[in-house]
Amino acid sequence: MRHLLSIEDLDRDEIERILSAAAFFADVADRPIKKVPSFRGRLVINLFYEASTRTRSSFELAAKRLSADVLNVVASGSSVEKGESLHDTVSTLSAYGPDVIVIRSPHAGAPGLVAGWTHAAVVNAGDGKHQHPTQALLDVYVLRQRLGSLEGCDIWIVGDVLHSRVARSCVVYALRLQQERMSEDFLPSLREYAANYQLNSRRLKARQLVMHPGPVNRGVEISGELIDSSQSLIIEQVRAGIVVRMAVLVEVLSGTRVRDPGGQRLAVSAEPQLA
Amino acid sequence: VSSLFAAPRPPAELLLREAHVLDPRSDLDEPRDVLVRNGVIAEIAAAGSLEASEGVEVIDGAGKHLFPAFVDPHVHLRSPGEEHKEDLDTGTRAAAAGGYCAIVAMPNTTPVIDHPMLLRGLIASAKEQAHVRVGFMAAISVGLAGEQLTEMAQLRDAGALGFTDDGKPVSSAGLLRRALQYQQLCGGVIALHEEDATLSGAGVMHEGAVSAALGLAGIPAISESTMIARDGLIAGHEDGRVHFQHLSARGSVEALAQARARGARVSAEVSPHHLLLTEDAVRSLDTRFKMNPPLRSEDDRAALIAALRDGTIECVATDHAPHARDEKAVPFEEAPMGTTGLETAFAALYTGLVLPGTLTLACLVERLTAGAALFELETPTVAVDSEANLCLVDLEASWRVGESGYESRSANCCFGGQELRSRTLLTLAGGQVCYRERSFALSAA
Repeated sequence: MRHLLSIEDLDRDEIERILSAAAFFADVADRPIKKVPSFRGRLVINLFYEASTRTRSSFELAAKRLSADVLNVVASGSSVEKGESLHDTVSTLSAYGPDVIVIRSPHAGAPGLVAGWTHAAVVNAGDGKHQHPTQALLDVYVLRQRLGSLEGCDIWIVGDVLHSRVARSCVVYALRLQQERMSEDFLPSLREYAANYQLNSRRLKARQLVMHPGPVNRGVEISGELIDSSQSLIIEQVRAGIVVRMAVLVEVLSGTRVRDPGGQRLAVSAEPQLA
Repeated sequence: VSSLFAAPRPPAELLLREAHVLDPRSDLDEPRDVLVRNGVIAEIAAAGSLEASEGVEVIDGAGKHLFPAFVDPHVHLRSPGEEHKEDLDTGTRAAAAGGYCAIVAMPNTTPVIDHPMLLRGLIASAKEQAHVRVGFMAAISVGLAGEQLTEMAQLRDAGALGFTDDGKPVSSAGLLRRALQYQQLCGGVIALHEEDATLSGAGVMHEGAVSAALGLAGIPAISESTMIARDGLIAGHEDGRVHFQHLSARGSVEALAQARARGARVSAEVSPHHLLLTEDAVRSLDTRFKMNPPLRSEDDRAALIAALRDGTIECVATDHAPHARDEKAVPFEEAPMGTTGLETAFAALYTGLVLPGTLTLACLVERLTAGAALFELETPTVAVDSEANLCLVDLEASWRVGESGYESRSANCCFGGQELRSRTLLTLAGGQVCYRERSFALSAA
């Protein structure tokens, strides 16, 4: 695999491979020393055009736990803010020789464009309301950890589907009301929304599990008491974010080749080198 | 013809020998020799019967087709202000290469053509640079702001062919009504880009299954069709002459037919891309497929084809909309709307509609020339004593769009990379040779 732009880029075998690598990294995460040396000397650039807490920090931690160097570029305070085009920003960053560019963009399809402009492997960390493939993978990972298998499971996606890339990449759940993406008045009021659609312990059966990609509007799409209950997989999702993103970085880098100083092209091992 | 402008060139002296002449408005549909003297069709005779005289170039048209050259009532030449996309020289070269003898330029330039002085300057440039004849539309509202009417009568005196706020709708029904009342005084077609901004919002593509899958904001078909319904009623009430631009949806065709059935003097155009492509093309997120109105559903496309075939929609217009490479090399939502179309219109429609048997060749040629009469221009015809407005086309040739570049300054063609059948070999506009295909062999007498 070269890039991860869309969840549809992955076939079942590739998904299985990523999930089992993630399970391995989850074991590593429980050790006192949480790092593996696989990507020593490699460069991962996180190019974030949108605010993100958990996605950016989990990609950063994932790269660091693989011993890669990490450069975080955020839209504010950079030349992006001065009007530099996506193309020119990517060309400039590519001159640093990154092995992976992780991009979060407000625009659908931006990761695909970036992939055409750089030699690095490109990972989509969310593009507009389009796709968020690592979220899909980590959600599947969490569900399988809890349920064993997804065969025969009913998965409901509840909430603000219109503004959600998560719904387009995945499986489950309660979706945050994305007030920052709403350019029009979609709802008369949050109070009315909560009264009609809020997920809470009254509406959820005892054996049903609930997921949420975060950040949560506590008390709006989901009640606080449900978030903190044993039915909630939200914190497991956050934990899974790191190990699944480690697995994704390994997967995309396993398909790339690097040029050594002598000009000879060396294949990178497909197997993660484990500590 | 006084409202069309081009650079003067020597009139053509040509003998086109044995080309298959097809003019849907006369009964010509067979091989003929056509003699052009001093830019005028002097003689049409049996194939192989005419001999060239001194100073007349002979062109072997055997196996080729000769049509009346096409007329495009809707192009963007980007001059003044955005000459990095296109200008009068490159835009009219593109038109000539597509077999067009006349085109109508939209006024949404920088600055907007909303003042007689600006229009006079543009016409002066056309008289120096244009390879085919260009008619210029002026804005309906000052700055396309939709608030204050332009000085329509003075703009007409300065040479405006008609009026349009193309690129934007005339949202205010009152303003449109006032413009139609002025039209009674000054004449000139009023051409409307129909879109209800409160429905299209921040949309970037057709609202439907594909926009839902891509997570892109949609422009619903009703954004266009409700406005056509409204403006059909206003046109009927004022007995105004209204032309609806670039129809894209089935509901719009129905609203057009209803307005006409009630007696409104309305006409309409459709673009090659809306006839040949659908929202499915946008799945690639390739910005060449971003246009306004957007590519719609297969059902809409079928309705447009049927309407063009039965004449509900009278003509084809390219909405040729050049944009620079850098401007289109951005994420889909950020990209400007529009595709170029002048160089590919005939070939794309011939390949996509005529070859499969959806449309007859004669009907296509008729629809590619019908824009002239709708804009009160002379319709190109292949007839003795007519000015030579002709295009010679090889229907057997095939080419890959863009493989040898474009005459247009811009390359944002939605048919780029496609293999198309038929190639324009020679175009005469206003009695002058304005285009020869590079590899087309010529033999002088």
